[in-house]
Amino acid sequence: MAEATPKISIRGLRKSFGRKVVLDGIDLDIRAGESLVIIGGSGSGKTVLIKNVIGLVSPDDGSIKIDGEETVGMNARDRARIMKKFGMLFQGGALFDSLPVWENVAFGLVTEQGVRRTDAKARAAEVLAAVGLAPEVAELWPAELSGGMQKRVSLARAIATEPEIILFDEPTTGLDPIMGDVINDLIIACVRKLGATALTITHDMQSARKIATRIAMIHRGRIIWHGPVAEVDRSGNPFVEQFIYGSAEGPIQMEVRRL
Amino acid sequence: MDFIAVVGRFFLGFLATSGRIAIFAGEGLGHCVRPPFYFRLIGRQMMDIGYYSLPVVGLTALFTGMVLALQSYTGFSRFNAESAIATVVVLSVTRELAPVLAGLMIAGRVGAAMAAEIGTMRVTEQIDALTTLSTNPVKYLVVPRLLAAILMLPACVFVADIIGVLGGYLVSTTKLGFNPAVYIKNTIQYLEVIDVISGLIKAAVFGFLIALMGCYHGYNSRGGAQGVGSATTNAVVSSSILILAANYLLTEAFF
Ligand SMILES: Nc1ncnc2c1ncn2[C@@H]1O[C@H](COP(=O)(O)OP(=O)(O)OP(=O)(O)O)[C@@H](O)[C@H]1O
Ligand SMILES: [Mg+2]
Repeated sequence: MAEATPKISIRGLRKSFGRKVVLDGIDLDIRAGESLVIIGGSGSGKTVLIKNVIGLVSPDDGSIKIDGEETVGMNARDRARIMKKFGMLFQGGALFDSLPVWENVAFGLVTEQGVRRTDAKARAAEVLAAVGLAPEVAELWPAELSGGMQKRVSLARAIATEPEIILFDEPTTGLDPIMGDVINDLIIACVRKLGATALTITHDMQSARKIATRIAMIHRGRIIWHGPVAEVDRSGNPFVEQFIYGSAEGPIQMEVRRL
Repeated sequence: MDFIAVVGRFFLGFLATSGRIAIFAGEGLGHCVRPPFYFRLIGRQMMDIGYYSLPVVGLTALFTGMVLALQSYTGFSRFNAESAIATVVVLSVTRELAPVLAGLMIAGRVGAAMAAEIGTMRVTEQIDALTTLSTNPVKYLVVPRLLAAILMLPACVFVADIIGVLGGYLVSTTKLGFNPAVYIKNTIQYLEVIDVISGLIKAAVFGFLIALMGCYHGYNSRGGAQGVGSATTNAVVSSSILILAANYLLTEAFF
């Protein structure tokens, strides 16, 4: 029996900035309804990878298929159609600082689904409550929020339209451990209840174990290991072992000079 | 031969930039006529560009009209042509000084703000975020500014025309001893509609150039705060120069 078409299928993806090779032939499949977590060292190209997937960065070479449809080199109209399937949490938040919090969260509802502003505001309040923000926060400006609150507003903005594919770039970084776990549960709920396909980047192994159905590790521009979350502890891959134990000793050498 | 290489590189860079700006302008204008239209944003930009520029434009016009009356008096009194002062003031103001000076003032005020705002959105990934929320950033950010500037610059210049003439009138009647009724009659007598219209057309073109440069430099800014800073500078400098160059071409066209 033929396997169902993967939701996202990446083949031979390459991307360099000048002479610096960031992605050097990535192959990765993500099935519908799956929650894949990408781990890897700082600067290993995780953010660049998901920006390629959503089309913010165009690859030098390779193929990215969404629901079996090739998106590399796609025209603007098709790209706009595909974009509606996506929601993205940016690593830096990227909140619109000229709009109050609720308009940030409601933005996609108004632009993508044509929801009326009053209805969108009510929906925004619900999503804000789901990320643990009080109703008063809706009227504040992004600049008036703490770093962790901004992160949660961005998260709310990414999931408000209930997209089919959600990309989370470090959703729990900068949150306290309890709120981090609330966000973990929220991501799980997005996948289980809404049936979304999630692609999450994180450095936080505890969070990765909780939200992932599968884990992939990126190193030197390639996927060096991927497998079900249960197998991550017996991967037999020294790179993965070093990463999950967070040890400075191992095959991954950080380019630092000791003081 | 290094020198020729430098000149050549500069020239090629100039052509490449001109081409990029032309493509950007084409994209912006193309989106001006295709839905969706963000009326709320256009309205807000019209307030920012037009209404909030009125004080600075009004003061510029007032002092310019006043100086103009004094200076032309110096010249014209030498061959007993004082009666021409009113005409000189109104023609200079409407055809030339109001559009150019208002354009330059607004380039400093509005062009810089546009470049800084859009540039900050670029470097903090807000423009990428717009794309992921299925909103075309050119349509959302550039079109409202272009339209608002093209519409509001003529409005500001029309106000500047009136205030500039008023400045000349005040100086002429209080300091130079003109009869108010005669001054007003002289002002209107030789003024033609085309004098005012040509100034307003210039203003619309200047508005387009200011918004285009502000948006282009902001949209293409790179790196952090420093990139936004140089985008701001470039927006003001390039729009000012383009205003002066376009002013010559338009004056020749209306000559
Ligand atoms: N626009 C760009 N221009 C030039 N180089 C870039 C650009 N974006 C990313 N890079 C480079 O690509 C590499 C990977 O960056 P990326 O942001 O994907 O890292 P990351 O894996 O997300 O790291 P972190 O975990 O620290 O967020 C880095 O070395 C970075 O310098
Ligand atoms: Mg990153």
